[in-house]
Amino acid sequence: MSTGALTGVWMALSETSPFSLTLTMTAYMLSLWIYKHCNHSVWASPTSLTIVMVALFLGVTRIPYPKFFEGAQFIHFLLGPATVALAVPLFAHRKRLANMAFPLFVALLAGSATAAGSAMLIAEFFGASREVVLSIAPKSVTSPIAMGIAERIGGIPSLTAVFVVITGTVGAVGFPLLFKWMKPDDPAAEGFAVGLTSHGFGTARALLVSEEMGAFSALGMGLNGILSAVVLPLIFL
Amino acid sequence: MIRVFSLLLFYQFAGEAVVRFTGLPVPGPVVGMVFLLATLAIRGRVDEEFKNGTGLLLHHLSLFFVPAGVGVIAHLSRIAGEWLPITLSILISTFAGMAVTVWVLKAMTAGRRRSAGKTQ
Repeated sequence: MSTGALTGVWMALSETSPFSLTLTMTAYMLSLWIYKHCNHSVWASPTSLTIVMVALFLGVTRIPYPKFFEGAQFIHFLLGPATVALAVPLFAHRKRLANMAFPLFVALLAGSATAAGSAMLIAEFFGASREVVLSIAPKSVTSPIAMGIAERIGGIPSLTAVFVVITGTVGAVGFPLLFKWMKPDDPAAEGFAVGLTSHGFGTARALLVSEEMGAFSALGMGLNGILSAVVLPLIFL
Repeated sequence: MIRVFSLLLFYQFAGEAVVRFTGLPVPGPVVGMVFLLATLAIRGRVDEEFKNGTGLLLHHLSLFFVPAGVGVIAHLSRIAGEWLPITLSILISTFAGMAVTVWVLKAMTAGRRRSAGKTQ
């Protein structure tokens, strides 16, 4: 077969769904392997590792992202049912949750204000443009809610999506480090803080640590999403 | 597994429907999660099949963020001009938010435990 024909076959193959799915799954299996063999070490968050591997592969092979995403739709779709499934760990820890209701509410207000407020102040202080300051405000919130908030307060939704992913990566990679230093020794408090600041990325990794941490992370993510959606647009009226 | 998956899809659909009709600023699957939580609270228990099925799905939650996450990496050049304020802002605020949340929770639950001890 000539090189031209081979290139043709490769081009056709790289646009198929099995290609995108195989690429994603292979990178994910590799990330899980690394995560396990690095003793669940700090930097080896499976989400971030997989994203970087797939992005590098697409960059080297020059496969356009929209083609890849079209093929990987099936994996993306599972995000919906998985979000619904978060109700099960929440239900399992309902007693502890009810006991902690008031402290959780206060921590939600304090944590949410700190995450959004300090992000805007620091960005402003170091000379970021107005659009960046407004787009960075909802960065701790899960992306569909965050993009909606950005639109309402005058930020740029697609820029917010970038900040949301970077924040999720920072939180998911960094939380073991912070808690090693703070030693809260309470999976509920740790999980709630992780979900509140680093949404689904943090929750995904918290679920790998323990079910209890995952449950409280899901709660932090959901509550901060709702609080931010209500409060942030009011502040910028 | 099929029964579990069908139920999850049904709740997601119900959530999407409510969001479309009410214009709530929350994603459909999150509303679906609230509906499922309410159902579980009314039933008072989760059967083994449901627990295992959802557990499997949640164990691999990391995977499901990959397709959308890769697209964002493609937009990294958008922030090249203001990378310093953005990096500092995200790094510091994420850790500060996490630390404050944990600190408030620890302080408040410790206080409660102490006062509960006193009254007994």
